[in-house]
Amino acid sequence: MNYLPNIIFAIALILGFGYFAKNVKKLVRNIKLGQDVDVSDNKSLRMKNMINIALGQSKMVKRPVSGFLHVVVYVGFVIINIEVLEIIIDGLFGTHRIFSSVLPEAVYGFLIGTFEILAILVLVAVIIFWIRRNVIKLARFWKDEMKGWPKSDGNFILYFEMVLMTLFLVMNATDGTFQEANSGNIISQYIAPLFSGIAESTVHFIERAAWWLHIVGILIFLNYLYFSKHLHILLAFPNTYYGRVNNKGELNNLASVTTEVKMMMDPSADPFAAAPEGAEDEVPAKFGASDVQDLSWVQLLNSYTCTECGRCTSECPANLTGKKLSPRKIMMDTRDRLEEVGKNIDTNKGTFVDDGKQLLGDYITNEEIWACTSCNACLEACPVSIDPLSIIIEMRRYLVMEQSAAPTELNNMMTNIENNGAPWPYNQQDRLNWKNE
Amino acid sequence: MSEQLNVPTMAECMAEGKTPDILFWVGSAGSYDDRAKKITKAFVKILNKANVNFAVLGTEESATGDLAKRAGNEFLFQMQAMMNIEVLNMYEVKRIVTCDPHSFNCLKNEYPGLGGVYEVIHHTQFIKELISSGKLDVKESDYKGKQITFHDPCYLGRANSEYDAPRDVLNALNANLVEMKRSKATALCCGAGGAQMFKEPEKGDKDINELRTEDALQTNPDIIATACPYCMTMMSDGVKVKEKEAQIKVMDIAELIASSQNL
Repeated sequence: MNYLPNIIFAIALILGFGYFAKNVKKLVRNIKLGQDVDVSDNKSLRMKNMINIALGQSKMVKRPVSGFLHVVVYVGFVIINIEVLEIIIDGLFGTHRIFSSVLPEAVYGFLIGTFEILAILVLVAVIIFWIRRNVIKLARFWKDEMKGWPKSDGNFILYFEMVLMTLFLVMNATDGTFQEANSGNIISQYIAPLFSGIAESTVHFIERAAWWLHIVGILIFLNYLYFSKHLHILLAFPNTYYGRVNNKGELNNLASVTTEVKMMMDPSADPFAAAPEGAEDEVPAKFGASDVQDLSWVQLLNSYTCTECGRCTSECPANLTGKKLSPRKIMMDTRDRLEEVGKNIDTNKGTFVDDGKQLLGDYITNEEIWACTSCNACLEACPVSIDPLSIIIEMRRYLVMEQSAAPTELNNMMTNIENNGAPWPYNQQDRLNWKNE
Repeated sequence: MSEQLNVPTMAECMAEGKTPDILFWVGSAGSYDDRAKKITKAFVKILNKANVNFAVLGTEESATGDLAKRAGNEFLFQMQAMMNIEVLNMYEVKRIVTCDPHSFNCLKNEYPGLGGVYEVIHHTQFIKELISSGKLDVKESDYKGKQITFHDPCYLGRANSEYDAPRDVLNALNANLVEMKRSKATALCCGAGGAQMFKEPEKGDKDINELRTEDALQTNPDIIATACPYCMTMMSDGVKVKEKEAQIKVMDIAELIASSQNL
């Protein structure tokens, strides 16, 4: 017997999954560059969020058209991948359609029939997605941050899916025994006649080619994920789990600031006292964030999860009125800078060597940071619980508390609060004057 | 009119040995901004009419620090918060009502972590409570059949998921409530949040309040209702920019209720 195809198949599998595993390790390492944050609370609510938002696509369908099409692709992709299991067994053991001999004919036919229907639906949905991006040119896909790679990336993913679905259908259409059995070939029976005039050996060759390209295509696609916005198909799950569980309006209180303020307000505190035994003597390097390592690992996970759909940006009041701020760009910049830091660590054998760059300034400008109204529209719009606002606030904290670089008007406002307990220069003693006016 | 207002302070109550049921947090805008002061007074009239046992902090109240926090000045925020918490805890305050969604959000969500734990409600929620418990009667209303559109304040709506209370109150007036195309969870910000109220906007092609006013104008309203002093400023300015101030009024829900009862 000739074991060559089995061996080649096994090598392809090992290479495919091995390289993917390597990149997943890198991904996890990069995310862990972020600050620690406690997310051990509200376990059942978090689980519920993940089931509703990621598994149940509850936020996707808030926009019915893209939501419905997305559900088709999502369901189709997950279910059709059951077929990959058969392909892997066939490939490793040299069998042909192993499930057809294990399962009753009607069951197998039902399964493949379902896959075929889903495949054609996915194909149609993906073509509509492509038209929305490239022909209708929906505004959110044509913003400044979508030029170059992000635009191509979006289209490549669609081409991948079109090719994979076509290969699956062609593979079935050119499988003589499968067509003869006439069970489950709901769609492929209409494709089969296209190959009727061709020599049987050629049809068989096409079938084998489609089979191989299908599985190799899937392995390539799997490995494409790490380099693409498409990581969301995996990261949407942890991201919705670790996403916000409190009211959207709540910003965290910086614990490091609390310690200092308490000391300032306590008249009996001794500022020169040594830290008590066992107390945390870790003084944070800085307040707020100017680079990715200052952000929390959940914020970094957010950035890898972003699939650049732009729903946030399309609802952002600043962006809608022509300001530079785009919440999607905040996430993309964070991810791109994190990737740059990760590569820096790779080339420098595990340690980060200062490259004179940082997220704030080299990627995100102050102008973007100050244009935000903190209205939470971006959080509300995100189908996978990403929080761009928290990153913006961390950067404002850095600008104000480390750099004293707030816009002048805001400095005036804050001086008023400090002096008069109100954002305007009025005397605190006049606070109740309205009563008698 | 003004002599009719009964506004006890916590200090006065304490001196008289009285314990108010609820503290009215007036907020900086409600205390100093000319337009917002009218909202404050309208709400006090409602409180007086419904015989609510309330008090204000008066000169002992200071900015919540919300603005400083959103501008990135966590130090100033926490200093303000701790000073206010000291005062609130000294008076053993349990329940707080405020007309400002920003104070509401900050007191409700950000004070507990610093030792200030209170039940905090927004004035639209409190008015709804007064109506449904029968303490406030709004059956006869001047606003019957008037076209009213409600602009959701971000810090009441999206930030704290309260979309119903203001609408329930407006419905109690038998007004004809019309929704903007962007409303509730997808409502557009008025443009004042995140400390924008106190600075010039960044370069763009339009002001946010103008865009939001366009949303409102599409509903052909007689009245644009708000429930936030900052939204009030932005929407009023927007209506002026569109030169519609002769036809369309911008009113806070407290003002609508108070004026409907000729308070």
